[in-house]
Amino acid sequence: MELRINQQTYQVEADADTPLLWVIRDDLGLTGTKYGCGLAQCGACSVLVDGNVVRACVTPVAGVVGREVTTIEAIENDAVGKRVVAAWVEHQVAQCGYCQSGQVMAATALLKHTPKPSTAQIDAAMVNLCRCGTYNAIHAAVHELAQGENA
Amino acid sequence: MNARTDAPDDLLRLRNGETVNLSRRRFLAGTAIGALVLGFGLPLGSARVQAAAATTERGTQVPAFLEIRPDGSVHLLSPFVEGGQGVNTAMAQIIGEELDADPATFVVDSAPPGEAYVVMENGWRITGGSMSVRMSYPTMRRLGALARTMLLQAGAEQLGVPVAELGTEPGKVVHAASGRSLGYGELAAKAMDLPVPDPASVKLRDPSQFRWIGKPVQRLDAHDKSTGKAIYSIDIKVDGMLHAAVQHAPRLGMTVGGLRNEEQVKAMKGVHSVHQLPGAVAVVAERWWHAKRAVEALQVDWKEAAADSQVRPMPADFSTDGWRDHLAAQGGPSRDEENQGDVAGALASAKTTVEATYHNQYLNHAQLEPPSATARFNPDGSLEVWLPNQAQDMFRDDIAKRTGLDPARITLHSPLLGGFFGRHFLYDSANPYPQAIALAKAVGRPVKLIWSREEEFLRDAMRPMAVVKFRAGLDEKGLPVAIEAISATEGPTEALAGKQGDKVDPTALEGLSGKAYAIANKRTAQIYVKGPAMLGYWRSVGNSLNDFFYESFLDELADKGGHDPFELRLQLLQGNPRLTTLLQAVGELSGGWKRGPFTAEDGSKRARGVAMASPFGSEAAVIAEVSLEGGQVRVHDIWQAIDPGSIVNPAIIEAQVNSAVSLGLSQVLLEESVWLNGMPRARNYDLYPVLPPSRMARVHVRIVESGAKMGGIGEPPLPAVAPAVANAVAQLTGQRVRSMPLSRHTFS
Repeated sequence: MELRINQQTYQVEADADTPLLWVIRDDLGLTGTKYGCGLAQCGACSVLVDGNVVRACVTPVAGVVGREVTTIEAIENDAVGKRVVAAWVEHQVAQCGYCQSGQVMAATALLKHTPKPSTAQIDAAMVNLCRCGTYNAIHAAVHELAQGENA
Repeated sequence: MNARTDAPDDLLRLRNGETVNLSRRRFLAGTAIGALVLGFGLPLGSARVQAAAATTERGTQVPAFLEIRPDGSVHLLSPFVEGGQGVNTAMAQIIGEELDADPATFVVDSAPPGEAYVVMENGWRITGGSMSVRMSYPTMRRLGALARTMLLQAGAEQLGVPVAELGTEPGKVVHAASGRSLGYGELAAKAMDLPVPDPASVKLRDPSQFRWIGKPVQRLDAHDKSTGKAIYSIDIKVDGMLHAAVQHAPRLGMTVGGLRNEEQVKAMKGVHSVHQLPGAVAVVAERWWHAKRAVEALQVDWKEAAADSQVRPMPADFSTDGWRDHLAAQGGPSRDEENQGDVAGALASAKTTVEATYHNQYLNHAQLEPPSATARFNPDGSLEVWLPNQAQDMFRDDIAKRTGLDPARITLHSPLLGGFFGRHFLYDSANPYPQAIALAKAVGRPVKLIWSREEEFLRDAMRPMAVVKFRAGLDEKGLPVAIEAISATEGPTEALAGKQGDKVDPTALEGLSGKAYAIANKRTAQIYVKGPAMLGYWRSVGNSLNDFFYESFLDELADKGGHDPFELRLQLLQGNPRLTTLLQAVGELSGGWKRGPFTAEDGSKRARGVAMASPFGSEAAVIAEVSLEGGQVRVHDIWQAIDPGSIVNPAIIEAQVNSAVSLGLSQVLLEESVWLNGMPRARNYDLYPVLPPSRMARVHVRIVESGAKMGGIGEPPLPAVAPAVANAVAQLTGQRVRSMPLSRHTFS
């Protein structure tokens, strides 16, 4: 099947129900998207599909044919994603960093749809787990982005 | 191809058989002449060490640690492993301060095993126990100073001036008299060929002149970790590798009796081969997804553990509730850890006595990165393994023991850890690398094995459980005159050894013992109860449970004696200026101690609790503010004052306090590994909750630098969180909670 990932076209041989995560990681070698649970519980595998955040570990690859997938590797090519990464660095969000690809994707999706989200909208969107407890740093980074001060 | 590279990261990406030009940290600008050319299979560490000056003093073999490239970048092979705690940045600050190189110019990787990298003052090399910085601080400063001296010497030769006329500015040697300067990158080749100076000859910088130590220097890995570029064990790729997945026996100790559908599984898409391993079955495939699906489809007849099982057999009737009852029923004998004064006499003559029994729960580490290991046998029979670990030499030696290979023929790579919290120590049966090595050997190709989250939660080593019985006596003023804590438990070190040691396992009782309060008569003892569950170290280890018990019980004593818990602590700390200052600091930070209950601006009824802890060489004091929301405890704010003596990076400390608070809240509010019928109920985050963002508290940090001996920072901010929350809840609800997590209790 033909996939569009990070503005490139790939020919992939995979069963239709293979999770997008494993096609991205093992077939395409893009390992920035992480496996954490395989059950859409933690959000470490978050990617964008047509600008919406999805959990790649439970998304059948066949479901993204004809759509535009963005992974963390291309996030700085996106104007909003670039701002998010800059805020993540400014706020020194990452600790172990394992969940942060997914956190950055979730924040990017939120801000692409809602450039100035309310606290309630931020809380509803930023639900990925972080075992290092970077939640307050994430909160601070997204709030700053929501105020547009980091443009 | 003769690739010019020296960084482990670059090595990871090389194809098998490629020759690597290892410059031995003696970088020769623009030419490879004179550099050593080695086959890829040779262990990196020992070669580097051989090239370094022979010396017996710890942390002085400069070329083994440092390479400065022509562009001036400083490539450090650190003895430690970065897993979020910021140790790579801390090492760059400490070495950079004395080397006179901006930490931002550092590239840090984890060094291979080897004697040269044993730099901790206790003679160990681990990344744990909150020890990395505090146990290596003077040594790593001296390492930077030695390297600077070598660069100065090289500069003197290059410029033809006496070394005494030279100084340094960040990244360069400067001759002020002539205005000439040479970048470190220009001098490094010559400098690293010089003999390492006498370690006693170098002078360290006066702390008042520090530019980077003590400052909120930015983490070196912030951008890579925000853009998916950071490489963890699970991301390793080597040429020709196959992927593997396992299905473990439902209970540890069971072995494979037979496979009912092996032929069908072998015929599944992508499957390379099916394997039987000790206590597990495995499928090797071209893709991990195929391996996982196939191994989960395997129908296995599991046999009960044999009498001579080499692992801890888990019985079919084991349950966590049953184990707690078993611990509670233990009457002794007990072994003393502390015994001061006359506890029995003081209890007998006390005006009032108080008794209470506490217990805690098992916990998973639940680090977000599932364990993995990649193993490759090279054509010459040497072995390379990439795996998450907190102790390179111990893992290398274990691999040598298991494979029979000479340690010199084993190359161990230690990529970034996707969280650890104590998960990546050497736990027999809880690590995937023995399986990965066996599979690589069996298939004759490199194998990357990933444990699914479900297999990880089945084999993770648990944070121990304890039942602690307290007795205390109060005098006529309501002040404690005696306290006794007897813990029925097995410490993680005892569990790993499989037996009691000559002394009480300090990791079993820390947090019950070692309390600073002036109570004249005190006794802490352990009833050793060996259990079937695999136990491990969990962030802040014994303190993670014991400070919850002790600090909660201390509030019970305050209430019984009619004292405010904050004031009682101050009273019991009279004559201890360090802890008095700390307690007052957290009080101030919170806007002045007020216990409540009080009504907050949003109309909710709230209360505050206080607790202290003395873990890993540091001191901590915490105040928590809580309310109830729909019967559930909501923690609004955590104020924490922490005194690690002296510090390296206040920004990273604040991040570590946040991190430890989140784990502390997770364990006190909602986290628990429940076992039934010899198996964990939860095999993934759906049934094993960890703290979600919605339940995080605001965290306010005050760092107090008392100037005492430097303590740890990764674990110390954790233990006082749970009791501060429990004490606040008790004040709010009138309900004293004597076990974690609070989600097991109903509040109204």
